[in-house]
Amino acid sequence: MLNIKCPNCGYRDESEFSCGGEAHIIRPGYEVQLSDKDWAEYLFMRYNPKGNFTERWFHAHGCRKWFNIVRNTITNEIYEVYSAGSLPKSTEGRSAYKSNWRRHSQAEIKALKK
Amino acid sequence: MKTGNRRVHKHPITSQKVVIFTFDGKKYSAYKGDTLASALISHNIKVVGRSFKYHRPRGLLSIGSEEPNALFRVGTGSKAEPNIPATQIEVFDGLVVESQNRWPSLKFDLGSINSFFARLIPAGFYYKTFMWPSSMWKKYEWFIRHAAGLGKAAYDHQDPDRYEHLHYHCDVLIAGGGLSGLISAYMLGLSGAKVLLADEKNELGGSLLFEDDIKIDGSKGIVWAKKIEQQLSDMNNVKVLKRSCVFGYHDHNFLTIAERCSDHLTESSKTISRHKLWKVRSKQVIIAQGMHERPLVISGNDIPGVMLSSAVRGYINKYGVIPGNSVLVCTNNDDAYRTAITLYKAGVKILGIVDSRNEQSSDILKIIKKYDFKVFLGYVVSSIYGKNNVRSVEVAPISKDAKDISALPFKISTDLVAMSGGWTPIVSLFSQSGGKLEWVEKEGFFKPANHNQSNLSIGGSNGNFDFQECIDDTIKKTNEILVRINKRKNTKFTMAASYPKFSYTPRNIWSVPNGRIVGKGGKAFIDFQNDVTVSDIHLASREGYQSVEHLKRYTTTGMATDQGKTSNINALANLANILQKPIEEVGTTTFRMPYTPTTLGNIGGRDIKNLFDPIRLTRINEWHNDNNAKFEHVGQWMRAWYYPKNNETFDETVAREVYSARNSAGILDASTLGKIDIKGVDAAKFLDLVYTNSWSNLKIGKCRYGLMLKDDGMVMDDGVTSRLGTDHFHMTTTTGGAANVLNWLEEWHQTEWPHLKVYFTSVTESWSVISVSGPKSRAILDASNCSIDLTNENFEFMSFKEGMIENIPVRVFRISFTGELSFEINTPARYGLQLWKKLIEVGKEFDLTPYGTEAMHVLRAERGFVIVGQETDGSVSPYDLGMGWIVSKKKHDFIGKRSLERESMSASNRKELVGLLTDDPKKVIPEGAHAIEKGAENLPEKNILGHVTSSYYSPNCRRSIAMALLKDGRSRKGSNVSIPLLNGELVEAKVVNPIFFDPNGVRKNGI
Repeated sequence: MLNIKCPNCGYRDESEFSCGGEAHIIRPGYEVQLSDKDWAEYLFMRYNPKGNFTERWFHAHGCRKWFNIVRNTITNEIYEVYSAGSLPKSTEGRSAYKSNWRRHSQAEIKALKK
Repeated sequence: MKTGNRRVHKHPITSQKVVIFTFDGKKYSAYKGDTLASALISHNIKVVGRSFKYHRPRGLLSIGSEEPNALFRVGTGSKAEPNIPATQIEVFDGLVVESQNRWPSLKFDLGSINSFFARLIPAGFYYKTFMWPSSMWKKYEWFIRHAAGLGKAAYDHQDPDRYEHLHYHCDVLIAGGGLSGLISAYMLGLSGAKVLLADEKNELGGSLLFEDDIKIDGSKGIVWAKKIEQQLSDMNNVKVLKRSCVFGYHDHNFLTIAERCSDHLTESSKTISRHKLWKVRSKQVIIAQGMHERPLVISGNDIPGVMLSSAVRGYINKYGVIPGNSVLVCTNNDDAYRTAITLYKAGVKILGIVDSRNEQSSDILKIIKKYDFKVFLGYVVSSIYGKNNVRSVEVAPISKDAKDISALPFKISTDLVAMSGGWTPIVSLFSQSGGKLEWVEKEGFFKPANHNQSNLSIGGSNGNFDFQECIDDTIKKTNEILVRINKRKNTKFTMAASYPKFSYTPRNIWSVPNGRIVGKGGKAFIDFQNDVTVSDIHLASREGYQSVEHLKRYTTTGMATDQGKTSNINALANLANILQKPIEEVGTTTFRMPYTPTTLGNIGGRDIKNLFDPIRLTRINEWHNDNNAKFEHVGQWMRAWYYPKNNETFDETVAREVYSARNSAGILDASTLGKIDIKGVDAAKFLDLVYTNSWSNLKIGKCRYGLMLKDDGMVMDDGVTSRLGTDHFHMTTTTGGAANVLNWLEEWHQTEWPHLKVYFTSVTESWSVISVSGPKSRAILDASNCSIDLTNENFEFMSFKEGMIENIPVRVFRISFTGELSFEINTPARYGLQLWKKLIEVGKEFDLTPYGTEAMHVLRAERGFVIVGQETDGSVSPYDLGMGWIVSKKKHDFIGKRSLERESMSASNRKELVGLLTDDPKKVIPEGAHAIEKGAENLPEKNILGHVTSSYYSPNCRRSIAMALLKDGRSRKGSNVSIPLLNGELVEAKVVNPIFFDPNGVRKNGI
């Protein structure tokens, strides 16, 4: 059972939270012209690294706020907890963010251009 | 009643109180402080169990929780529990135990016939033998299930005991209260840290309990342990748990402890919870689980009377019971010499010490000088013979490469073999924590290397064998922990042990040769509990199961209740030998919780029966109860399902309720509908994004039906939302989807559109909702003194008004889920019951009929209204439901918009919602039935068109009706499909529009 430091409530057991999977997925609005394949990249494809990973958590049975963490998927060590909408600052978090294939995905590149 | 006579003269335990227990129906005596194991030895009972597969007679192997053989069923009736090792059962007055896995008796077991068929049931025989013909599987299964398995659970009883869960936070948790654990707890206790010490035994001291040759700080080990225990109990910051096994090491230093609170008490004094589950979050963890002794892998090593050397010593020292008359000690290391000394002191005849090493350490030579032991250096016990007890052994010199014996063996008659195959640090918790092990070739074991979580292993668990080394390692590691928890190091702390100095230098011969080829001449067991022999390992490897994880599953070595505590290293060392690979390359299997078995009751705790999942009741529930409602679970809600009158059947009741709702009036408790209050200047904008249709243009006072999609374009929820003010909406959701929808809104708002100013509040339980439906509904409300003008002209369909019904404030929505003229009356929850009773009273003269959820389902199906979760399953788009009309083409975006344009969404073979009318109007198709092309009943699985989602008998249509999702459903309208049922029957049905009643929808304005 992970011990997660909610940015609003402090350390709480994992059972109070629900995990929202990969963080920093930009949703391309309808105005972004995407092929079915590129849209599927946003919709279905998820990064699943063995190692450091930026992911979203929701304090469902607490403050009910979403936030992000940097977690090592092997050791479960949590390096950083940061607010939704911001980017990670720790070395581990920055490299996890950068090494995600999504940074090169058409869905994300086109969404950012708009 | 029998008294045991195998006691050491004047051993302290003989001054304890005598207690009487029952074993297999006979009464026996023991002393308070005995375990079942020691009591059985005192009565000279050798066969204590039957093995899992071959039903071989088995005796006690060990003295601790690692015991693989001596498993018993404890207690009777509803309190019976199987598979408890005798070594962990404390004997008390009235204890009842029963042996297992034998029939008709332990001494004579018919199942032992399996031994003769051993060649037919090797490793993996389940997979080989029972594969053909497949039609016979049911018979094989019966046979396997009856032949295999250990004890019987109390399966026909409810567990009468109570179990507790307890959360605990501390600075340091210490797993194990032996020499190292006690010293560490004492040092940490002195520092003021909050310490929790847990030990699985009923006494602290660990291996000190079983030794008589060690002194710590001048006191005998066992006395020293008592002293420390006293000092710990005087410290307010230290908590000590006995009979408490730390069985699980989870993430982030979360550990679970199973405390056995009352298993050792007589029935009458069992007033407390039986077990406690401690859920501990500790800043640091000290693992002090100690070591296990390994058996030697010799042919015949499972015969009763072959025991671990340390166990023989422990039984004599601790319990004063002597497991044999003449003993042969066989070993590959120094430790067994201590057993010989203990036996000598107890006056037992020692036939000799067979030591596979070529020379003894100088320490040993010094110590044993004064005893006249006959030592066979460079010899091994190559075979052991006997049936219900050891009769004789063969002893032979071992070759230099240890691959064979180098001369013919000679026989020695004996009734007890004390064996020592070396020692294994217990690394279970460490491995569970994610730590990595390293192989130490010289000592022949794995020990902790890289820590993954905040913990340290000390003493035996860390691979220390020598007592003083254990103490020094413990002090050093504890100081490290002190620093980690910001306490000052205790540099002055020392502790001295005095004991005969042995060195631990084993010669590991992983499978002792006996001059014959493997598999011939008796079985050499590796895993006693699962009957895995050396030849099984050979077989598995020959058949390609060469990864250690495959080996485990194929041979079952290391499985079952003991989880291979005595067998794991022997198994993988033998595999390594066969593969000619170094042991560290073969590696270990994954260690998993629980370290020792714990009860399901303990894991369940109080979260059982009514407390398993909370139940939610509406404010009107009392009336439903009083009026014979039958209930159904909808999520956590209990909803009135139907209200049978007199001796009505389910079908009759539903038919009556459905009929009344259309022909006079019906009343439904709809309080469970999810209700979300949405406020904020961007509320309308937000709703535009989450619903498929448009909301910005909804006028205040009006309601609108909305469909919510996931971003993949599939229907997720639906409901009616009303505009209370410019920036204020009242959303309703399905009963089961309420929490999901609220989470969904929060997620999209917080993570995708945080710039929108909008707030969501669940108000589900703030309102009671009563739906009055049917042609007479308006008259009933008028007669109830409703202050609102309810005429069609002043109160349009899809709008709401606020007012009073007599003195009760109400918000009335003119919406309809039945297709009839209908009013959904919302009132602050506390008025719910009062309003309901009032309407029932007034409704009497209008034939107002309360109806339940079943009637509600039929009513909506008659009108073809879908239920999300019944007509949909996460793969159904609005177009599939024929609800394209609700998908806005004008909005620039909404969740699911882009996905609805994916190629697959307009593919020609999508399943579409249609109605089905059976040729036989009385025939109701079972929901979930598959529809196939007409005439394809010979190949139904190739011609499946889809399935029936809803199906009822409709009293208003006077026939059965059904909805189904069928491939290209809408283009099939007018044609027939077949529905094959499980009983072989074939139902024919016509595909129609999914609206069966009032096709033009005129009745919503009343008739």
